Amino acid sequence: MAKVLVLVEHDNASVKDATLAAITAASQLGEVTALVAGAGCDGAASAAAQIAGVAKVLKADDAALENALAENVAPLVAGLMADYDAFVAPATTTGKNVAPRVAALLDVMQVSDILSVEGPKTFTRPIYAGNAIATVESSDAKLVITVRGTAFAKAEATGGSASVEAVAATADSGLSTFVSAEIAKSERPELTSAKVIVSGGRALKDAATFEQVITPLADKLNAAIGASRAAVDAGYVPNDYQVGQTGKIVAPEVYIAVGISGAIQHLAGMKDSKTIIAINKDEDAPIFQVADLGLVGDLFTLVPELTAKL
Amino acid sequence: MKALVCVKRVIDYNVKPRVKSDGTGVDLANVKMSMNPFDEIAVEEAIRLKEKGVVTEIVAVSVGPQKAQETLRTALAMGADRAILVMSDDEVEPLAVAKIIAGIAGEEAPGLIVTGKQAIDDDSNQVGQMVAALLGRPQGTFANEVSVEGDAVVVKREIDGGLQTVRLALPAVVTTDLRLNEPRYASLPNIMKAKSKPLANKTPADYGVDVAPRLKTLKVTEPPVRSAGIKVPDVDTLVAKLKEMGVA
Repeated sequence: MAKVLVLVEHDNASVKDATLAAITAASQLGEVTALVAGAGCDGAASAAAQIAGVAKVLKADDAALENALAENVAPLVAGLMADYDAFVAPATTTGKNVAPRVAALLDVMQVSDILSVEGPKTFTRPIYAGNAIATVESSDAKLVITVRGTAFAKAEATGGSASVEAVAATADSGLSTFVSAEIAKSERPELTSAKVIVSGGRALKDAATFEQVITPLADKLNAAIGASRAAVDAGYVPNDYQVGQTGKIVAPEVYIAVGISGAIQHLAGMKDSKTIIAINKDEDAPIFQVADLGLVGDLFTLVPELTAKL
Repeated sequence: MKALVCVKRVIDYNVKPRVKSDGTGVDLANVKMSMNPFDEIAVEEAIRLKEKGVVTEIVAVSVGPQKAQETLRTALAMGADRAILVMSDDEVEPLAVAKIIAGIAGEEAPGLIVTGKQAIDDDSNQVGQMVAALLGRPQGTFANEVSVEGDAVVVKREIDGGLQTVRLALPAVVTTDLRLNEPRYASLPNIMKAKSKPLANKTPADYGVDVAPRLKTLKVTEPPVRSAGIKVPDVDTLVAKLKEMGVA
């Protein structure tokens, strides 16, 4: 049975949701060992040990691993890979930053953003902004894979009882240092794990209007708020709201696109949503080609009416 | 300090790609090709650093077919000083591209290597990180802001929850995110001038790189098509549907 090392994304205390999908994908390849690398990460390690399907947890607790700098995490992973057949990371910004560095250190080609496991070395992945799906087979001795979180069911966060084993970090590379982070504060569900998303586009006019129209509807539905690139570029909302090829990939139960035309790059980020609802005044907008339910009309009257009637 | 900028010739981002009916790939015959949008941002950033006096020379590099020359001419017209085309008619995977760029970096000794965060054709998001690994240098991926301060580069990165700032020892590798800058258009006089700027032709063998693919593409298919939806006449119907789905 293949041995698979999974990079756990965490905030030292708890495990981030994207990891759970990566563990599901990894379980389809073999026995899963979770790697928790951080500084003061006992909480995350014990949380990882409870995830169903995890056989063992490796905990690397070292000041050099704080903030998951790729220059320090990648050599640690590459060193551990002597004992593993595959390295799997969630395709989050952390995973995408670290995994290719690991792949190059191991001299293997990474398989990015997989959608399914088709065989021991065969996977499907989206190319051309999701407009085509490639089935690829690796010929490398070891696999390095990132996993699209929305393509796999999340492993149960409880029910497991893996042992936690401490491993030593490799020495600080001295190449990079963390300066600061600005994390957008939000009481809402996280965009990539929300069940319902209300997303706004350029038609919302400005930041105040966006807030006025979109927020009450999102509040009613306990939804996360997303946006098209146009809305982000125009400064209506912060960058991390962006859904699309260059932003976040989401697949909620319900995605409500308000004033979004449905450009290729935006669809790449949301077209796997279970139900897509579009509200747009242009009945020829491409968004209606993927929407399950479409409402044609002025969003400035329809959205408040919808909010009021919910 | 010299800057090395990596650019890729890809299908134009406005074109909707069509999967070939035999499932071997995407049909690129007679399709408009352009510089990868993230690479335009990389070229622009290098030019801005040159305008600030931080960068002294910009070398644009592309790995691809003969036609990738056009992409390099675009980079030269925007403001790059010279170009290197590493010719290969076969598709070259990120790992091999990274090895070629690492080989060029060995000869050129750039202080900064700038690449786009991902190419919009293979959507891999690997080359920059791999170059950094092969050279044993730090990486500033998904850059939203870049400033060189003495012997370090400070990079503000776009991460899932917001922004993160890191300080990297030079030489370093930076990959650009969408909001780093607004790339300039090449003016007609500059397009003319770009024709006489130096462009060297190389091959992967010049850098001792084997470009044989490690990943075999078994097939390429259309994504599943969503079944046609319906238009609802009014808000009440939509509310009723939302209630049916149990979200309201």
